[in-house]
This record gives sequence, C-alpha cells and structure tokens, in this order.
Amino acid sequence: MKKIYVLLLVFSLVFVKNTFSQDLTDEFGPDVKPKAFTYATFKTSRIVIGQSVENPAKGNLNFSISHHFGALNDGPYGFYGLDRSTIRLGLEYGLTDKISLGLGRSSYEKTIDAFVKYKIFRQTTDDRMPVSISYFCDMTINGLHFAHPEWNNYFSSRFAFVHQLLIARKFTNKFSFQLTPSLVHKNLVVLNADPNDIFILGGGGRYKLTQRLSLNAEYHYIMTSQTRNDYDNSLSLGVDIETGGHVFQLFVTNSQPLFERGFLTETQGSWGKGYIYFGFNIVRTFTIVKPKTFRKS
Amino acid sequence: MKTLFKIIIVLLMLSSNVFAQKYITKNGKIDFYSDAPMEKIEAKNNQVKAALDAATGDIVFQVLITSFEFPKALMQEHFNENYMESPKFPNSTFKGKIINLKDINFTKNGKYNATIEGDLTIHGVTKKVKQSGTIEVKDGKVITYCKFNILVKDYGINIPNAVAGKIAETVQITVDVALDPKK
Repeated sequence: MKKIYVLLLVFSLVFVKNTFSQDLTDEFGPDVKPKAFTYATFKTSRIVIGQSVENPAKGNLNFSISHHFGALNDGPYGFYGLDRSTIRLGLEYGLTDKISLGLGRSSYEKTIDAFVKYKIFRQTTDDRMPVSISYFCDMTINGLHFAHPEWNNYFSSRFAFVHQLLIARKFTNKFSFQLTPSLVHKNLVVLNADPNDIFILGGGGRYKLTQRLSLNAEYHYIMTSQTRNDYDNSLSLGVDIETGGHVFQLFVTNSQPLFERGFLTETQGSWGKGYIYFGFNIVRTFTIVKPKTFRKS
Repeated sequence: MKTLFKIIIVLLMLSSNVFAQKYITKNGKIDFYSDAPMEKIEAKNNQVKAALDAATGDIVFQVLITSFEFPKALMQEHFNENYMESPKFPNSTFKGKIINLKDINFTKNGKYNATIEGDLTIHGVTKKVKQSGTIEVKDGKVITYCKFNILVKDYGINIPNAVAGKIAETVQITVDVALDPKK
C-alpha cells in the first residue's frame, strides 16, 4: 500500500514540475520537420530551351511564346539575324501536381508537338530523396509538304518521338543542376545511313544572381558519331527574369528549332562559326482551377 | 504518516489541476489579406500551433510559413522563395502575455476582451507588439481572435520596384485559433 502512495507522490511531483516549465513552446513537443518537397528548382518548365523538372501546378495553365531570331552570322545585310525568326506558341496544363500535358506549334518545319511530363520522384527538404526525377515524352508531327509528292508517302513518317529523364537537384537556394538523358526516335530519316534512334546526354543548370534574376546554361551532347558531321551539339546560355506573373527568358543558342527533336538532333552550325541565335521565351501562368481551400462552396 | 502522505498527494494533484490549466492546439487558423490595385493577395494557414497558460496568461503562436495556402500556386512559390525566404526563416512566432488576465474567467462561457503584449517574429525580425482581440470561452475550449495590420517593411521584407504597385505595403492578419484544454 505504501508503495502505491510513494508512486503516486512521484507522479504528482512530475505533474507539478510540468506546471512550472518555463517555455510554453515546449508544449508543442519536439520539433518534427514536416515532410516537404523542394520547390522552385527552376523558375519555369524550361531551363533554357530544354525541359526542366518543373511542371505547372495543378489547375494552372502556362502559355509560352518562344522566339528565335536568325543567326548572328547573317551579317549586316540580315541585321545579324534579327530579320528572320522562328516562333513557337505553346500551352502546358497541370492536370495534377505530378502530370502536365503540353501542346505547341512551331513555325520551324511547321511542326506540332504534344507532350506529357510526369514527376516520378520529388526532392525533399530533408534530403531523404536527394533528387527530383521526371519523365518527359514528346511527339512531333512535321507539317511540311512531302518533298516528293509523287512517291507513296505515309502519314506516319511525319512522326518523331522523344523520351527524356530529367534528373535534377536543387543544391542550394541559388544553384540547381539537371542531367537530361534523351532518346530521339524518328519514323523517317533522310538517308539510309542515318539512325532512327539517337541517344543524347544533356545537362543544364541555373544560378540565381538575385531573387528574380538567374543565369542558366544547357548543353546536349549527341553520343559519339550517331549523326552526320553537319549536325552539332546544342549549347544555350540564358537569363531568367521574373516579374511576378511572367517569366522572361532571354538566351543565345546555336539551335534554331524550339522543340526537342529539332534542337537535340538537328542543330546545324556551331557557336564558333557564328551560328548563334538570339531568342526569348515569355511564360505567363493562368490559374484555371483554384485549390480546394479557396473554392466557394 | 499515511494520512500525511494522502494529504500531500491530494494537495499536489489539486495544485496541478487547478493552477495549471493549459490550452493547446496544432491546427489553429491564421489568414492574411492584402489589397492593391493590381493584385489581391490572400492566404490561409490551418496548421498554426498555439499554447496558452491560463494561470500566468502566457501565450505563444507558431506558424510554419510553408503551410500557407494561396489561390495561385505561383503566388505561394514567390511568397516562400522571394519574400519570406522560408528555407532561412521557416517559422513566424508570437510570444507574449495576456495583460488583462483578471478580466477573463476561463471557467465560465463568454466572450472577453483581451489585450496581448509580446514579441512578434516574422522573417527573422522581432518587434514588440500590443494588440487587442477577444478570447471566447466555450464549453472548455478557448477561442482567440484578433485582427491586425503589419507593415511588411517593418519586418525586412522587400518589395522590389518592379512590382511595387502590385503588392500592398500593409497586410491584414486574422488570427482565429481555437485551443483545447491540455489533457
């Protein structure tokens, strides 16, 4: 019986001790960091001209206008490339926070592109998942008239497909890097000797100079001698300027096409020879479906 | 001896129950709202932690910045990335005291006016604040309610010139936190 009393006394003392604890924040218990995903690895869904791991959020629609001028080596007669331009208009919609669908039309080879981007893994702030990995799949349809209308042409020969894994890590608040292995499959190639499947290893990164300004770079290396010599690797440098609702991306690149199949495998002309195209993307985000908390019931 | 033990124990248990009524929650609500010609900004947070000691009048609030929800996803990203720098300053806190504690009867249902004084920390900057609000006692629950304005520049939050017209300099904060008695 006495033992019970002693036990009760100890318990009571413990309670009393609790009563006089100094800091009320102790009441919240140990600070458990909630599981959180890293956000804003890149400012928009493209690093420069290639895809980044970013998707529009659920219910958001991105409208992008991408514009490449002509090459710098057009010289003074072509106003250093500014006389010519190729343009791509694009839409990208966040079906869920993980899946986005996109559609675009480029003036280059009158190409329509349609794509799906899926976030497989997302980097977490506690680094239990150190990288974000997305899968990107794109289909392009070449809209030019067939070069030889007298031949027996197939519609399927207009198609090409691109598969990419986007593996990115936000190392610090300022610096992010992404590895981008790609596989491009073309249903029809120009010459017999040309391969239908081409492997490309790409990489890109960004460094934030200020909260709203970042330097970006991107390079895609065509794995050794898969294509003819007149095709080059794509190198792009750019800056992102963010103004709240818009992101402006200004860049220089040696790739004229603005869609994956084009700039990955059909970049013609190198930086050294002056094949430098100035261009810009303007991305505007529209909220189509508001999050649940803000919907009027 | 036995009776002495009994008396001590009873007293101690009473003491811990009577003087130590604390209230706590982990899902209080704090909203904020700001209006500017270009952009109306509103956000909601339903995961506010709060604790109140009815004996001393001590009161604390702790808000995880990343758990504010916005109607526009991009706004939420900019809020964390550009304005609040939430990786660097994950929480905002208020630590203070109810200074008119004697006017509030925590055992009787009713709505009481309360004045709270203490330190408000936002974006790593701490300021002394004094605000009045209400404390409602309802069937053992305590509901704290307070509406007040802050100037964002007081807390070292920069609004760049490029968006100066779009974002208001004052933000109205609504605290509506219901606390349950601690068991």
